[in-house]
Amino acid sequence: MKRKQVIPAIIAAFFILFPLIVKSDYYQHLVILALMWVVIGGSWNLLAGYTGQVSFGHAVFFGIGAYTAGILTTKVGISAWWGMAFGGFTGALVGLLIGWICFRLRGPYFALATIAAGEIFRLIATNWESLTDGMVGILIIQSFRSKLPYYYLALALAVASIWVFDLVMKSKLGFYFVSIREDQDAAESLGINATLYKNISLLISSFFTGMAGAFYMNYMAFIDPEVVFSLHYISIMAILVGIIGGVATIWGPAVGAFIMIGIQETFRSALFGLAPKWVSQSHVLVFGLLVIFVILFMANGVVGDWPKIKRLFVRNR
Amino acid sequence: MSFFEVKEISKRFGGLMAVGGVSFQVERGEIFGLIGPNGSGKTTIFNLINQYFPLTAGDIFFKDESIKGLKTYKICHLGIGRTFQVVKPLKRMTVLENVVASAFCRVNTFKEAQNLALEMLDFCNLLPDKDKFASSLPIAGRKRLEITRALATKPELLLLDETAAGLNTAELDEAIELIQRIRARGVTIIIVEHIMKVIMTISDRIHAINYGETIAEGTPEEVANDKEVIKAYLGEESYA
Amino acid sequence: MDVFLQTLVAGVLIGGIYGLIGIGMTLIMGVMGIINLAHGQLMMVAMYVTFVLHAYLKIDPYLSLLVAMPALFLLGIFLQKTLLNPLMEVDAVLPENQVLMTVGMGMVLAEIARFIFSSDYKSVVTSYTGSAFFLGNISFSVPMIIAFGFAVLLTVGLFLFLLKTDLGRSIRATAQDKEAATLMGVNSGRITVITFGIGSALVAAAGSLLMPIFYLFPDIGGPFTLKAFVITILGGMGSTVGAIFGGVTLGIAESLGATYIGMGYKEMVGYVIFLLVLIFLPGGLKKLTKV
Repeated sequence: MKRKQVIPAIIAAFFILFPLIVKSDYYQHLVILALMWVVIGGSWNLLAGYTGQVSFGHAVFFGIGAYTAGILTTKVGISAWWGMAFGGFTGALVGLLIGWICFRLRGPYFALATIAAGEIFRLIATNWESLTDGMVGILIIQSFRSKLPYYYLALALAVASIWVFDLVMKSKLGFYFVSIREDQDAAESLGINATLYKNISLLISSFFTGMAGAFYMNYMAFIDPEVVFSLHYISIMAILVGIIGGVATIWGPAVGAFIMIGIQETFRSALFGLAPKWVSQSHVLVFGLLVIFVILFMANGVVGDWPKIKRLFVRNR
Repeated sequence: MSFFEVKEISKRFGGLMAVGGVSFQVERGEIFGLIGPNGSGKTTIFNLINQYFPLTAGDIFFKDESIKGLKTYKICHLGIGRTFQVVKPLKRMTVLENVVASAFCRVNTFKEAQNLALEMLDFCNLLPDKDKFASSLPIAGRKRLEITRALATKPELLLLDETAAGLNTAELDEAIELIQRIRARGVTIIIVEHIMKVIMTISDRIHAINYGETIAEGTPEEVANDKEVIKAYLGEESYA
Repeated sequence: MDVFLQTLVAGVLIGGIYGLIGIGMTLIMGVMGIINLAHGQLMMVAMYVTFVLHAYLKIDPYLSLLVAMPALFLLGIFLQKTLLNPLMEVDAVLPENQVLMTVGMGMVLAEIARFIFSSDYKSVVTSYTGSAFFLGNISFSVPMIIAFGFAVLLTVGLFLFLLKTDLGRSIRATAQDKEAATLMGVNSGRITVITFGIGSALVAAAGSLLMPIFYLFPDIGGPFTLKAFVITILGGMGSTVGAIFGGVTLGIAESLGATYIGMGYKEMVGYVIFLLVLIFLPGGLKKLTKV
């Protein structure tokens, strides 16, 4: 069984040593973002892929976490790092609120309600200027000049999230989540309090997403409502990460995060400077096309449809 | 006091009285049959016991305590399990995972749940299929899975809803044998059935309903010879 | 009092047009069970068509209805057939694939528009833009009145179509109960495709009518899609009459919100109503009016 242990070891070593080997700020930044998306995508996957509650409004938790960290600095005067601790909790609190409102709804209606919730919070953040400074956003001073601490923090968060999600899915919680996804009525007859467990799933999901938001505040040092509560750039991105990697898999979101950041940057940089300028405007278009393509042909993502993908290559030999 | 009692229960859907004033008692260790033509309200009664639908009127007692108004999952915890007429397998999970999920009703660790699940699968002769996806099982297997899942919640009272529908002769015999073994373990059973052979063979007592109302109750022989019952079933498969 | 009346008038007028947007969506949702998150983007496409016709051919926006509607009808049918129909067969873990597909569609449409027209605000200025007439102290914006008038005409036309024609009856039947309709000989596959086309055509009409009133930019679609949902849920899914009530209700609510709370919160009114209705009135206003 040596082969099975060598590859993960190599990957682990790569990530641990990465910022020491690759000194470029630009690439470090990309990997940090990707690691952050591993957390967000994994959180979404827990709620949507495993528990079947497809949220289109995950930006809410991200934004709440980010603003928690930011407001703690601008209004309370304490370091935004406290936001990492509190951002998870405020994210989870909002999660409970959203759950209370939205879980009465099933399927697509739940999805729509989460969109509405996301937009409502964005509008509140934009208009409640005394608290959030509205469209001006929040600007703080970065704690570290070098990217290294942020990198390892992001890596730690990503690893922690994957580890927690894996533990959860192997436990009673995990079985209950999937049962609810497959058939909520049957699940109830088997003694599963669906409402309770949906909320637990949401709590975990929103907690981690909130922490990711708080991390973002600390790392980027600037946020505004359009960025952190964005339907397209956060909520839908989370869904894409989940879908492309593979819903209802543990490693899917990790794979998806790196693919999505890779694609996003490839197009945003106009194929790293090799293509004409207008290509850099096209990454949202590529995202849209990707959604269509993946749903039509690869609905279970890279990890989920891996057997299918492998077969494609075998046949071509 | 009786083990399980249904007292004057009614269910109204808008203008339609699906169940009207039905009462019966079930003794511990019995196999109690519920028969009636299509649409007579049998499955509705189960849905009322399970609190899947709220009662319009009447009350239901389990071990002398009213269970009216309790949530469905609570009813399961109290010891009442059920299967569904239109089977509801958890499709993208394996057979074993299906039963493990329901075993968690009574235990908390994965190890314990798996052991309980394996025990139940063995009892119901589904062990060879344990790693297959629930969606790949044929209808007989799915019905058996329904029962296995319900058993894993360690019920004292088991509601079986048309577990024999769609089975061929050999499968029917297996089903009957399984139900008798379940009773031998000490589980009380209320069985709703359409297929006379099954219900007449295994029931201790039978309650017949038509149009949501009681038309007869008694031993299988008494009920089979009851005039109202024969009238209701005229033209249907008769007990040979 | 005048302010209140003015607010009410503005609300009703815009509500009539909202109704058009909502009817398209409620038909699509009711008949096909498809949640079309690209609805607003379809309207955007129609608005660009209108803009182009006006900028290059000097065609009046109200006349471009005649071009935009058929064009979007065809686009709708195309999208339904190529992208949405195949989804009926794909089996994946996520049940919401079809919703996501429409999100993808919407994104692609918006980006293509941005590519061709850039993100600049475009508008159509006609001889009557900005003109209004007064009844007492209440001003009635002329473009709004004309748009409202057309909206009413189209709505009535749609009603006649649904009530009197065979195709219309088939659509209503499918909306009420797809299986039953199929059993009675309705070709539900064809109906589905046609309904998506009609829904697109209606929202296209709304787009042309709104062109003289709103600025146009590629991202204009999103908020309108959400409005369409609010209206659909308010009015009850599948109910065309409900969509009209829903549209007018939303129009008035937004108008009141803008006047009495503040411009920024105007959009939020819609979302809040949406959530409230989803939670407390799953059947929509239809439940209250028994239409």
